[in-house]
Amino acid sequence: MRLLDLLFPERRNSAGIAKDRLKIVLAHERASRDAPDFLPALQKELVEVVARYVEIRGDMLRVNVGRSGDTSLLEINVEIDRALLRPVENGPVFSPPPAAVMRRFEPDTPWVKPG
Amino acid sequence: MGTAGGRRHRFVGEEGEVYLAKIIVLTSGKGGVGKTTSAAAIAAGLALRGKRTVVIDFDVGLRNLDLIMGCERRVVFDFINVINGDAKLNQALIKDKRNDNLYVFPTSQTRDKDALKRDGVERVLDELKDNFDYIVCDSPAGIEHGAITALYFADSAIIVTNPEVSSVRDSDRIIGILASKSRRAEHNLDPVEVHLLLTRYSTERVKRGEMLSVEDVKEILSIPLLGVIPESESVLRASNTGTPVVFEPESPAGRAYVDAVARFVGEQREMRFVQPERRSIFRTFFGRA
Repeated sequence: MRLLDLLFPERRNSAGIAKDRLKIVLAHERASRDAPDFLPALQKELVEVVARYVEIRGDMLRVNVGRSGDTSLLEINVEIDRALLRPVENGPVFSPPPAAVMRRFEPDTPWVKPG
Repeated sequence: MGTAGGRRHRFVGEEGEVYLAKIIVLTSGKGGVGKTTSAAAIAAGLALRGKRTVVIDFDVGLRNLDLIMGCERRVVFDFINVINGDAKLNQALIKDKRNDNLYVFPTSQTRDKDALKRDGVERVLDELKDNFDYIVCDSPAGIEHGAITALYFADSAIIVTNPEVSSVRDSDRIIGILASKSRRAEHNLDPVEVHLLLTRYSTERVKRGEMLSVEDVKEILSIPLLGVIPESESVLRASNTGTPVVFEPESPAGRAYVDAVARFVGEQREMRFVQPERRSIFRTFFGRA
């Protein structure tokens, strides 16, 4: 078996695969483990509030707790679709910011935490 | 068995001696990684160094420490009997026949696992603390009531881990629980000291890239390494005969546990059994499958 292994070394390094898989899964699990319990409720209520002014689906608002040095950061990302702006009666009128500030939210780009 | 001045239930050691035991938990999350073997070996190793040590089985319903320690036929009363006040601590403790410093505290085989009430456990541990240098707690697998109770009072935790993905992941989980749910965490005391004990390690397989290395596991879990125990036939032989593996001087695993215990009490020991043994030319080319 060892001679075969020498001929086909690429089959062998399963330990490296194990290490990479563990690093990814543990990074994810450690982040969610430290998340405070109130996040789901906060997210739900924020969606309700935002939905009074803008058409929004539950998955367009994301709440995260991150960390930068010694500071905990509460991130709230709201994706707003221009086409779905809701006219509001007797309430504050939603005025979209200038086009330069309004940028498409790319769900796949990682949110860059303020340094 | 006298009662020294002001002490409760002095039943081990000389009168007038003062003990305040350190509580060590052997835990892992995952089952079958060698917690009980390691608890028996570490406790026996501490006793060999002259430390008065008791090893407690927290695995209610699946008692096995008594078998590994070779005292299964001497169990009369157990942990639950003592918690419920049906027996005195000195009636339940079993003195090891090989070493005077070593005691085994077996658990119950039959009662339900919720019988380990936290305040009852605390009362028993407090009484043991006065009589021993070390209290070694053998945790059940999982993260349920029994495992949490076993780690709750710990001053120090030995995380028993195999170089394998599910074991490493579960160890990480347990380290998180120690940092948030232990008594030390809940009372804002100094955190539980955690140590990595890597068991069932095969240097040959690591060399072939088939097994996570010590460095890999250390890097992933980022806790200090207490020891590496090689996969060894002597572990099964020792459990067959009910002998903690440190009592077998010829066993590589036994020697590795002796080193780990020495490091635990603060000695510097070089890490053995992490480099493959030298092999003949013949075996290098045609080595075992």
